[in-house]
Amino acid sequence: MQCGKRYDAVIIGAGVIGSAVARWLSRYRLSVAVLEKEAEPAMGSSGANTGLVHAGFDPEPDTLKAKFNVEGAKMFPALCEELGVHYEPSGAMVVAFNAEERAILDELLERGVTNGVEQLRIVEGDELFALEPNLSDKAVAALYAPTAGMVCPYGLTFAFADDAAGNGVEFIRNCAVSDIKKADDGYVITADCGEISASVVVNAAGLYSDVINNMVSEEKLTIKPNRGEYWIVDKALAGTFKASLFRTPTAAGKGILITPTVDGTLLAGPTAENVDDKADVDTTSAGLDTAFNGAQILWPKLRRADLITTFAGNRAKIAGGDFIIGQPKDAPGFFNAVGVDSPGLSSAPAIGRYLAGEIAEYLDAEPKVGEMLTPYKKPAKPFERMSNEERAEAIAADKGYGRIVCRCETVTEAEIRDSIRRPVGARTVDGVKHRTRSGMGRCQGGFCMPVVVDILCDELGLSPEEITKNGAGSELLIGRIGEESK
Amino acid sequence: MITKQLCIIGGGPAGLAAAQAAYDAGCRDILVLERDCRAGGILNQCIHNGFGLHRFGEELTGPEYAQRYVDFVNERNIEIQLNTMVLDITDDKIITAVSQVHGLQQIQAGAIILAMGCRERPRGAIGIPGSRPAGIYTAGTAQRFVNLEGQMPGKRVVILGSGDIGLIMARRMTFQGAKVLACVELMPYSSGLTRNIVQCLDDYDIPLMLSHTVIDIIGKKRLEAVVVAEVGEDRKPIPGTEQTIECDTLLLSVGLLPENELSRAAKVSIDPATSGAFVDQDLATTVDGIFACGNVLHVHDLVDNVSEESARAGRTAAAYLAGEHKSGESITVTAGKGVRGIVPQRLNSAAMDADVSVMFRPDRVYKKAAVVVTSNGEEISRSRKPVLTPGEMVTIKLTPDKLAKISGGVEFSIEEA
Repeated sequence: MQCGKRYDAVIIGAGVIGSAVARWLSRYRLSVAVLEKEAEPAMGSSGANTGLVHAGFDPEPDTLKAKFNVEGAKMFPALCEELGVHYEPSGAMVVAFNAEERAILDELLERGVTNGVEQLRIVEGDELFALEPNLSDKAVAALYAPTAGMVCPYGLTFAFADDAAGNGVEFIRNCAVSDIKKADDGYVITADCGEISASVVVNAAGLYSDVINNMVSEEKLTIKPNRGEYWIVDKALAGTFKASLFRTPTAAGKGILITPTVDGTLLAGPTAENVDDKADVDTTSAGLDTAFNGAQILWPKLRRADLITTFAGNRAKIAGGDFIIGQPKDAPGFFNAVGVDSPGLSSAPAIGRYLAGEIAEYLDAEPKVGEMLTPYKKPAKPFERMSNEERAEAIAADKGYGRIVCRCETVTEAEIRDSIRRPVGARTVDGVKHRTRSGMGRCQGGFCMPVVVDILCDELGLSPEEITKNGAGSELLIGRIGEESK
Repeated sequence: MITKQLCIIGGGPAGLAAAQAAYDAGCRDILVLERDCRAGGILNQCIHNGFGLHRFGEELTGPEYAQRYVDFVNERNIEIQLNTMVLDITDDKIITAVSQVHGLQQIQAGAIILAMGCRERPRGAIGIPGSRPAGIYTAGTAQRFVNLEGQMPGKRVVILGSGDIGLIMARRMTFQGAKVLACVELMPYSSGLTRNIVQCLDDYDIPLMLSHTVIDIIGKKRLEAVVVAEVGEDRKPIPGTEQTIECDTLLLSVGLLPENELSRAAKVSIDPATSGAFVDQDLATTVDGIFACGNVLHVHDLVDNVSEESARAGRTAAAYLAGEHKSGESITVTAGKGVRGIVPQRLNSAAMDADVSVMFRPDRVYKKAAVVVTSNGEEISRSRKPVLTPGEMVTIKLTPDKLAKISGGVEFSIEEA
């Protein structure tokens, strides 16, 4: 997509933070563009995390993490209802296996209360195992946070993006930013799509937000990527646990956890390992073993045969350990969201709303009223979750619901086409996968991928060798047999 | 809700053979439910020949073999509903299915034959570490692209797993101008048919790297290389043996898993040794009126055996529907020394007046072996086998005179000379 020459605000990064800012900013009479270097939103850390909405007892009091986590977590239930994003108020437990860990639970409880977390309490003995009967019987106690929940992190990102785009925000994909210079009336951005002027720049570039910040500010920042590896457990085991279960935290992080997901699968992980390359989201033999063994401490009955796949993501860790939100002293109109690692997802709605408010004030922007606002059109309920009556109705209204493309996750052709047609719709096989779950099941796309390629070709007017897994360079096919380029 | 006497889930070779046999045994109200746009199942993409040597005495391609059965079914006017996905089966034999033409259907079946086949084990399930670029396919998905879509997945190929699908794709990709650099096999022996090793690897000078596996995957957007290492007896990589093979395509042939999600929904008991249903010699599962055959029951090597087994299931279903199926006490079939994945897992004592075929795989390669069948300590049969290999299913036929000697239980084991 060609970018315009000038915008009131340009947001760098279409992850959950950038998309959240875009969504709240779209409520004002401003021209806004989001520049995303990848082919789809949420391809960085936003697409590769645990998907937890933390209660807020973990961050140190009086930090931005504590403030935005607690505020953001409270926004989730109503926000997800409004956006049609699946949120589960499943609760979380920090599990102690010995006296030393038990003592740490008391500290976390106190910290949580200070941060304003509600309903926190310690559970032990019969009460603990009544809540989670499948937890290892070596557990002695747990800090139970009923207000924690889980969400699909990329689903939330897509909803923010679609809502923003539906209200005039332009999303420009495959557009990396290489330079930003200060100008009289704001900034001039050099990006893959050309030169763009903006009064305001939002730095939501995740792992690369230090690079972006350092283009304009003398207050140099450095992000040190920290990688987490995960196993995904077959949804046949859905219901084994209700809450997310954490090991008692150490200096390294929240530790290996087991969590159900909103999709019925469970996650085992993540590990925490410093890596040199921000783009290195490889899984490793040692990391996967650590994730599995760590999970087995909470869930002794977990078997290798229950595992369906793995993934890894990087955390944007910054020295000092707290979010950096707002304008650096030497770059007015440049709004940072740097060092947004955990609890970044939980904080995203609060950060989005906050920064949009700050930007609107900075620009003296007028809020949109009445018909200027386009109400958000929620995606249709997934076929997989429909009752048989709803399914019959859906097929009668749209025959595309009568063709099941992804057998493992029961995803229909109608949903796949819709995922491509959404305002910031899927353009790649992974884009379709993240929006619909097609390819995320037991067979990992073995059955459905050729059909998804076919539908992408049909919707986008492309030929099969132009379809990518997740952007340029990841083409799946090299050409027709007999005609492929050498 | 519509009612059907016999519903067959799957219109591949198993479902079609079962349909033909059920019809010929007298059943006239049959519905085959098939998710694809044509019947024939996985055979439709197996365009190589070698099918039907036993069944028809001819060397047919997969689609040709499938067409024989499609013709049998069409000659009998047996109803096949295509483009139909079964979402659920209850233990009361109520089937929920979805299609564009018929919408959401609920069907009360008198009997059900499970013939859903199997799926391939993907990379994620075995957790091969490394990056997750484009260019990694299971061999069957690659076969679908090449043979049905007419698209080439890549041009420099490494194959992990020497199962038949991997071997066939080694040759197929070579025919289509790709360079197949190696077939990497974890075990010290291949899991495919010997004839495929010869005709797909040896004939094309494709190295078979036994006791090796892929330990890392390299490539940001598209596969660039795999790292292969030798493994020891514990199947773990031996440090220092790593080699990097530059390639753009990795095909995985690392195991087939019978698709029993629907079977589990119907409360059919599944044997962990086969990942398929527990059945008796007539393919009856543990749920009254539900039968299983073909790859969903256990992974076969030869479609000829699938046809024979599925015909038996069809005949049994027809007899069941006619009220003629007798159920007696169960006789446990035990997998003894060296025997894996034995089917059937029990014998119906009321049906011991017909031949019984017992199939299993050996747990390793055996030379100059014998398959010994015993009951109550008494040897009932002994078959000499010059070579036994896990890649080739063993079939032992027990005739009624032998079956008459069974009491209490029967055990199959392998003795090496």
